[in-house]
Amino acid sequence: MNIRELYTIRENTPAARDVFRMRLEGNTAAFSRPGQFLNIALDGLFLRRPISIADYDESGVLIYYKVVGEGTRRMSGMTPGETLDVLTGLGNGFDVTKSGEHPLVVGGGVGAPPLYRLTRELLAAGKAPHVILGFNTAADVFLTAEFQAMGVPVTVATADGSAGVRGFVTDALRSAAIPYDYVYTCGPEPMLRALYGATDSSGQYSFEARMGCGFGACMGCSCKTKYGYKRICRDGPVLEKEEIVW
Amino acid sequence: MVDTRVTLSGLTLDNPVIPASGTFGYGYEFAELYDINILGSFSFKGTTREPRYGNPLPRIAECPAGMINSVGLQNPGIDAVISQELPRMREVFHKPVIANISGFSVEEYVECCAKIEKEDCVGLIEVNVSCPNVHNGGMSFGVSPESAALVTREVRRVTKKPIYIKLSPNVTDIVSIAAACEQAGADGISLINTLLGMRIDLRTRRPVIANKMGGFSGSAIFPVAVRMVYQVAEAVSVPVIGMGGVSSARDVIEMMLAGATAVQVGAANLVNPYACRDIINELPGVMESLGIHSLQEIIGGAH
Repeated sequence: MNIRELYTIRENTPAARDVFRMRLEGNTAAFSRPGQFLNIALDGLFLRRPISIADYDESGVLIYYKVVGEGTRRMSGMTPGETLDVLTGLGNGFDVTKSGEHPLVVGGGVGAPPLYRLTRELLAAGKAPHVILGFNTAADVFLTAEFQAMGVPVTVATADGSAGVRGFVTDALRSAAIPYDYVYTCGPEPMLRALYGATDSSGQYSFEARMGCGFGACMGCSCKTKYGYKRICRDGPVLEKEEIVW
Repeated sequence: MVDTRVTLSGLTLDNPVIPASGTFGYGYEFAELYDINILGSFSFKGTTREPRYGNPLPRIAECPAGMINSVGLQNPGIDAVISQELPRMREVFHKPVIANISGFSVEEYVECCAKIEKEDCVGLIEVNVSCPNVHNGGMSFGVSPESAALVTREVRRVTKKPIYIKLSPNVTDIVSIAAACEQAGADGISLINTLLGMRIDLRTRRPVIANKMGGFSGSAIFPVAVRMVYQVAEAVSVPVIGMGGVSSARDVIEMMLAGATAVQVGAANLVNPYACRDIINELPGVMESLGIHSLQEIIGGAH
């Protein structure tokens, strides 16, 4: 199977403070689930940059990335027409079949993008998701309109209260009294942990890790779970709530 | 037609390209991507007597032209490797494989090698002496000729398979250590393991790696590896497996000119999972362009 592809940049535009939206054209045959990621090679940098996919179709993928270091800073300066060497279809992704009728979908910052495709697939499966998106401040908010365009209820929280509910996603969850029977989430680890404690239903949690290869060879991102060691890149990034060891 | 075959202690390989231990698991992940039977062989994940989780995260740090890892020999332990991993490995790889063995005491090396001796799919044992010796204040077996020779001598007693001692470059005189291993009965020398390195995060002012230090690998270390392979090949008469920063067919040829009979590819597999396949595919063309008819003939050609 070929997972290494050459993608052509078709769009690379700001979506929020330090966050860019990039549309890439190329073969997406290796992708099969929401929550998977690709791993981007950049000239002069040894390791690839793993970025989760917000959406994909036969012709390409949509990603959102935050400029946090040298690699993403370089990506932000790239222009349509330039090409990227990417490893595609990485990670296990979310399983939409395990949810009940009312899944709660919770994203924090750049953890929101993989939930976009997930929400679309949950809707296609006849479920009624409620989305909560958390950000630091109003300048960081992105993707909320795209979620709303799918016709799902979206609650926004910002830590400083400059947009939506003041506080964290867990505050938004409490204040809105949203009914749910399952949780899908992706975001910074403190958020995942808070949500783990604040919800009593089962769910799927997508983790971030500093990776070597991104496809399960190096053991660089191996973590302990209740059912043995798992590689975040290959056996994850999505873990079932019941197996997580904090 | 060029001839890419090389012979390592009686084992004829279709080509000298071998994925290095710790960058290729037990082969399954790569077997999904291409037919790994095109490889000369591969060296499987470093195996210890007990299962090991390894070091805390983060275990990876990026460097210019390379990376630091401090995985810490995560593996399921020799018994699980033999009962679970090797049967699965044999389904995807049909050639003799290289068993990479590590230990924290002489007894551990001996026990692991005695167990692997019974496995027909193992064509060669690579003994990693870079681990700390728990009975000697944590000093690595690989840092002195005496302790490296001791491990070699003791594992020699329990196996008839070819033994290659994999040496650490973090020593003052690698040549004397290689010579001591040869005298103690090693069939060959494998080098180099990773160079000890560190990165510090400028924002947190703390080392990037949780364990502070780790093994530096990648193309940045290639010249160090070529130099050490050259020095060791000059001093010993047993075959040398060369490794360290190899990422192209030209690197393979350079390593062989330095004195390597076979060449391992490590970190390159992690950034391009097809690296070994690509190197094997480009090897005949590069040989032709350099007027090389047989790889076996160029071994040590730079001496």
